[in-house]
Parts: sequence; C-alpha cells; structure tokens
Amino acid sequence: MQKPPEPAASQGTHLLWYARGMRNIISLPAFILMSAFVGFAGFARESGIELAHAAFMTATIWALPAQVVLIAGITGGTTLAAVFVSVALSSVRLMPMVTTLVAEIRSEKTRTITLLFLSHFIAVTSWVMASERIHRAPRQFRTTYFAGFAVTLTSLNIAIVVLVYVFATGIPVTVLGALFFLTPIYFLTSLWATARHRLVKIAMIAGLVLGPLFHLVAPEFDLLLAGLFGGVAAFLYDRKFPGDTRGSAT
Amino acid sequence: MNFTAIDAWWWPYLFILIAGWFATDIWRYAGVLLGRKLDETSAAFMLVRSIATALVAAVIARLVIFPSGALAETALLLRLGAAIVGFAAFLLAGQKMAVGISVGLAILVTGMLLGF
Repeated sequence: MQKPPEPAASQGTHLLWYARGMRNIISLPAFILMSAFVGFAGFARESGIELAHAAFMTATIWALPAQVVLIAGITGGTTLAAVFVSVALSSVRLMPMVTTLVAEIRSEKTRTITLLFLSHFIAVTSWVMASERIHRAPRQFRTTYFAGFAVTLTSLNIAIVVLVYVFATGIPVTVLGALFFLTPIYFLTSLWATARHRLVKIAMIAGLVLGPLFHLVAPEFDLLLAGLFGGVAAFLYDRKFPGDTRGSAT
Repeated sequence: MNFTAIDAWWWPYLFILIAGWFATDIWRYAGVLLGRKLDETSAAFMLVRSIATALVAAVIARLVIFPSGALAETALLLRLGAAIVGFAAFLLAGQKMAVGISVGLAILVTGMLLGF
C-alpha cells in the first residue's frame, strides 16, 4: 500500500495505529468479554467438549451465543443440518452490525477482501467497543486500528479458553454471577453513552421492551424479531416525529 | 450425521466448520457486501443501524431477564433492580459508564450475598 509523502506526519503510520488499536485490550469492556469466555471454557468442559474443539470453535465462530448453541446441538446428538440452522439463526444479528461498522471503518481505498477478513472479528462486544472508539482514528487508519484491537481480542480469548479449560477449578457462584452481569450493564451504558443520534436511543428502548416480549412468544427468533420490528418502528417514529435538535441524518 | 457420526479426528472439525463457522460468517460476509455500498449518512444506513441497535438491546434484556448459568438462580427482581438503578445512576452522573456499572454490580453482589 503506497502512502502519500507524509503531509500528515502527525497522524502516524499503520504500525502506530495498529498498536493504538491493541491498547484497547486493556479496558473494562475487553475485561468483561474475557470473563464471559472464562464462563464459556467452563461450560465447554462441563459439556464434555474437548479442549482443541473448544479452542477451534472460539477461533472460527467468535460469537458466544452461536458457540453455546453449537455445543447444545453437539451434546444433544443433533444432526449437522439441524445444528447449522439453529446456529445460523442465532447469528443473523451479526449482519446489520457488520454492515454499520463496515460503513464506518472503510475508506475509499479499502479493499473488499480486507473488510471480509476483518468482519470475522466483529461480534457484539467488539461492535459496541468499535462504535464507541473508532472515531478516534483518522479514516485511512481505521481498518488498521480496528484490526489491532479486534484480532488481538480474539487471539487473547482463544488463549483464555485454553488456560481456563486446563486450570479452572471452582470459581465462587457470586463471582461468576457478577462477571456475567457485567456484560449487559456494560452494553446498556455504553450504547446509550455513545449514541450520536436520538434514533439509536429510541431503537434501544424498543429492543429492550420487545426482546423479552418476543422471547415469551417465540424464543427461537426473539432477537431477530425484536431487532426487525423494534428497529423499523424506531426508524419510522424518528422520521415521523423529528426531534427538536436534528432530523434523521447524523 | 451428528457430531460423533464419523469416527475420525477430522470429523468434529469439519462439523464445527460447517455448522459453526459457515453458519456464522455467512452473515458477516453478507453484512460486508451490504455495508460496502452504504453511505454512512444515508437513510438506509440509519435504518440498518436502528435494527442492529434494537437487536443488541434485545440481547441486553435477555441477559438480564432470562439469564443462564450462575445468574439463573438469582431473583428476577434483583437483576432488574440492579440494571435499572445502575442505569439511573449512570444518567444522574452525567452518563459516566463507570458509575452505572459499579452501582449495578454493587446492588447485584449485595443481593446475591443476602441470598436473593
């Protein structure tokens, strides 16, 4: 990749932005995700999944709900086709998340193959974190910045799965409970704090209300239905009743 | 054809690749192809963003209201209370995430220690 002869020397190099991305590993949300993978490693072990398989699914799937669904399918002796369908259903949510993040991290010169590679590292936590922090990087360095952060985060969590699987002994229930509770409370505050537009807050409220309702009616499709109905309803509401500040575009 | 159908070392890996990796990354790749064409300021982008946000919000609600693992044994009211009071503290503190997270967590842990 050629660079113009440094008019923007202050903006740094790709190596620098990769390292700056990596630095986000030392943060509360990264810690929260790691504790979730501590829980996953314990779950995999209790379910009789081999260590190598647990590490392999973390690397190739990199989405906790899908990994839990896969293990449930494996231990239940479910057929390949049926497991494929339930995992695919649990992962549809990644599509709109990837779509919005890609629009934010690509520059005119970014190649599609780069984006396809990077998309593998997008999951809920990395999406929330990237939405919050990607604007710290100038546009031409955003893919590098995201790679530095996301690839490191995935690699680190594969290592955590291996270590916890091998060394885990009884972690007190209160500690586990507190660790599990970190995830929703972090998502809740981070999404709200970083909402740059009123629409995001409306969509959040819609999802919070509709999620549990759809869970009672159709537990297999609750996230999907809440996302679609809540998202579209919030969008239409925001169009129909523009707020006192701004209209619809960011 | 389940996970133990073929007695070979490679079968579990192939199973994970098909039912896990492919079933998940297919959506990520579709998202890339869609996002490549989307302008960050367009109405279509805002609609997709709205859907993605509502989805993540539904994930939050599920984790609080219908949790699995260690949280499943705690009282629903405790989890709801911790999340709501934590969020209120976050708002009152001028949207400081650390405040919201610590308050929520403190309520949850106290409640768990008291046996709720």
